[in-house]
Amino acid sequence: MRGNFSTITKMFSAGVVAAGLLTSAPVKAADDTIKVGILHSLSGTMAISETTLKDAMLMLIDEQNAKGGLLGKKLEAVVVDPASNWPLFAEKARELISKDKVAAVFGCWTSVSRKSVLPVFSELDNILFYPVQYEGEESERNVFYTGAAPNQQAIPAVDYLMSEDGGSVKRWVLEGTDYVYPRTTNKILEAYLKAKGVAAEDIMVNYTPFGFSDWQTEVSAIKKFGSAGKKTAVVSTVNGDANVPFYKELGNQGIKAEDIPVMAFSVGEEELAGLDTAPLVGHLAAWNYFESVDTPENKKFIADWHKFIKNDKRTTNDPMEAHYIGFNMWVKAVEKAGTTDPDKVIDAMIGVSVPNLTGGYSTMMPNHHITKPVLIGEIQADGQFETVSRTPGLVMGDEWSDYLPDSKDLISDWRAPLSCGNFNVATGKCGGKGTN
Amino acid sequence: MTARVRTASSAVRTPTSTFRGDQRPMTLIRTGLMLLFLLATLSSSGAGEADLRGIIAKFATAKGFSEIGAVVHELAAAGDPAVERPLAALADGNLYVRKADSLVFVGKEAGESVQLSDPLSGEASGDAAKDGITKIKVNNTLRRVIRDALGTLTLGAKDPAVRVAAADTMFKTPDAANIGPLDTAIASEIVASVKALLEQARAASVLVSDRPEADKLAAIALIGARGDRDAVSLLTSIEANSTDAVKQAATTAIANINSTLAFWDAGQNIWYGISLGSVLLLAAIGLAITFGVMGVINMAHGEMVMLGAYTTFVVQQVIRTSFPGLFDWSLVIALPLAFLVAALVGLIIERGVIRFLYGRPLETLLATWGVSLILQQAVRSIFGPTNQEVGNPSWMSGSFNLGQLAITWNRLWILVFALAAFGILLYVMKRTPWGLQMRAVTANRRMAASMGIRTPWVDALTFALGSGIAGIAGVALSQIDNVSPNLGRGYIIDSFMVVVFGGVGNLWGTLVGAFSLGIVNKFLEPYAGAVLGKIVVLVLIILFIQKRPRGLFALKGRAVEA
Repeated sequence: MRGNFSTITKMFSAGVVAAGLLTSAPVKAADDTIKVGILHSLSGTMAISETTLKDAMLMLIDEQNAKGGLLGKKLEAVVVDPASNWPLFAEKARELISKDKVAAVFGCWTSVSRKSVLPVFSELDNILFYPVQYEGEESERNVFYTGAAPNQQAIPAVDYLMSEDGGSVKRWVLEGTDYVYPRTTNKILEAYLKAKGVAAEDIMVNYTPFGFSDWQTEVSAIKKFGSAGKKTAVVSTVNGDANVPFYKELGNQGIKAEDIPVMAFSVGEEELAGLDTAPLVGHLAAWNYFESVDTPENKKFIADWHKFIKNDKRTTNDPMEAHYIGFNMWVKAVEKAGTTDPDKVIDAMIGVSVPNLTGGYSTMMPNHHITKPVLIGEIQADGQFETVSRTPGLVMGDEWSDYLPDSKDLISDWRAPLSCGNFNVATGKCGGKGTN
Repeated sequence: MTARVRTASSAVRTPTSTFRGDQRPMTLIRTGLMLLFLLATLSSSGAGEADLRGIIAKFATAKGFSEIGAVVHELAAAGDPAVERPLAALADGNLYVRKADSLVFVGKEAGESVQLSDPLSGEASGDAAKDGITKIKVNNTLRRVIRDALGTLTLGAKDPAVRVAAADTMFKTPDAANIGPLDTAIASEIVASVKALLEQARAASVLVSDRPEADKLAAIALIGARGDRDAVSLLTSIEANSTDAVKQAATTAIANINSTLAFWDAGQNIWYGISLGSVLLLAAIGLAITFGVMGVINMAHGEMVMLGAYTTFVVQQVIRTSFPGLFDWSLVIALPLAFLVAALVGLIIERGVIRFLYGRPLETLLATWGVSLILQQAVRSIFGPTNQEVGNPSWMSGSFNLGQLAITWNRLWILVFALAAFGILLYVMKRTPWGLQMRAVTANRRMAASMGIRTPWVDALTFALGSGIAGIAGVALSQIDNVSPNLGRGYIIDSFMVVVFGGVGNLWGTLVGAFSLGIVNKFLEPYAGAVLGKIVVLVLIILFIQKRPRGLFALKGRAVEA
């Protein structure tokens, strides 16, 4: 009994030590390092996308430390695993801010996880960098949106399809997974298309559940919709895993990109890595970054990434670039403010300009969104994208869509006199509400 | 877009039609064509060839899609069938410029290097490293231009499949200028089915020409008889752009086709339902053993399916690196391995966890749930969180048409496979001594034990059998779904639904349950949408279970009452 008891105690204390090592080993070093929180799921459904971002952040922090750290201190990553569980995101965010005292957090992927952590960040007054393209209709003081707003991805993509180069599309299928991002994006797109003179019967909207795998009915409906004698295209906000069977079914039913192209907003290099790309050649995607972009910055980034992850086959993608931009902006803002105090950094962030990976500069705007170029790429047989169109200049992220009746009068400006994320220009009051 | 295509094909038309326009006997034309082809491909001193080479060389300096497009037009306008090779290569993204000397080659990727060949003669021209050459870029617009240009040029090709493709392209992009070449092609065509397609393509071209009304009406009749979606598509655009009798005829033809298609649509829904049913059957059939026969609420069932899919991935990896020739056999090789891997893991779970928990369903549920999380994370740690690429063997790619039904090969094979797996399982259960013992243990464990059956071993092997069957289901599902650590999650709920609906403990119930759920689901989907359709099916099952708590085919026996 005694023996047993002591073993259990030993195991218990070992466990405590191990747990301590995992979460709070650096406590004693708290004064000479700056901590950066990484809030990405490492297990569960979203691990497929978010693990890569965790690794990208670790790489960026390593590189910054090699350059001598920040404000004379070393940076230190604090990684937590919210396990694709939305309420756990809020819990882990609280832990990062209150217990680990991080200076800023880089994290979240799905909109629902972001919505879940918002109250925590405003309550504890910290900074979140959100790196994924999203539906807009939000601007928070404590959040910096480094991914694309709908006007930095969806609208230019549709414009491209309407152009002669894109095939002068006249009929539209808006195919999405059933949750907030596709629903809001499709609402914006529907309003935009109608404003461009597309008739209601030339737009088909369809939603499928998460992880949907039997696409036969949907694909044959697309085929049927496309046989009305007008050039048809699919705009896909299908998310994550459901894309693979979707494209497989398109290939099997013989829908070619020359006939009915699919323009995707959630398919990147990472998703294509798990796919036999032969039947997908020519289908499109709209992003602000492609791994194939030929610039010295990007070449260096890819080389660093391969070295860091020790695998030459791993791809880079758009959200990784967003973290690259966001992290460098934060570093610059901290240097500008001379402190990591979130309040001061938030103010210093606006107007900060850093190089992006596509050969230009991205600037943080007063609405906490950034400027980016929009690229349209065609899928190639090697799983990479070939840029077929690029916006001539940078596009500024528009948080409140001009095409939705609820949000068209709203603007956001977090600079001193206004300091409001949802200012209604029609009523002159702060506190408007968007769609969703 | 259309304007650009028109220029291409009308420019192409002139030389082709002068060559083929005369009415000499068919054989002579064919010989002439062959000769020209031979000349173009073999001789190295033809004036035409030098011109072509001159044009092809322009690819090296063309910048941007519009300039590349201009070169394509020029090449197509040369009207020489020999341009098929470089143009087809360009469309497939296989045309390269060698950086050293700016020469253009057709390339074929082979590992790290690219095998180059001459764009006209196809003669091998050595290998090149990937960074020593630049790929000439194409986009969808260019691909369409090339396809249209090739359509007119390849009407006289030797391979009937190429002529079918040409006819198909010309049908989809009708042009009055195509009538001449099509007339000559029809005159010399010997394969009846290709001839019919050529006639339809000609009819489509007549409709957009300024031929008299009578010709157009005949053309509409011909296209109406084709009766597929492409015909509707064409007729709809004709209907919008013409008047009186032609418009009238087009409207009637569209209505006729649509009413036939509505009938085929119902057929298609049934096929989709059967196909979804076969997937459900595959996923559930292993559970019908572990849950149905043994009564273990096995939440780790989906992970057995996932292990099977990962086994397929590993097998394909080994084949890709060591025996590329065997790729088409990869699934056949993966089947027994997946069975063994999943069965072994199942055996370990049964011996290690489940046997201590018999008769305690709640604890079993939680324990197997935990096991499923462990397995998922283990796979995630070993293979990484990203999807793994599992290729389709050639015999599982593409589709064929049965009337107006498009049936994809992979779905058909999965149906065959599901039925075969079901048949084998049924045979094992009903006709082998082991199956007899399994059934005996299920019916009355104590009586079976006193008859000398080693019930713990029967339990372990039964569980291993159910897991193994789930493993081979994974091989099939890897062909239509993502191979990721989450693969199993998507199937666990559906599997339980099928087994409970069909009647716990009854294999036939699982079969009928899977197919009826599949068909109901696919009939609801077009009307209610995928999300609502699934909800409706769930509600229907709940109502059904209220009425018949034991499912479709209730099992009678002591074990059930116990």
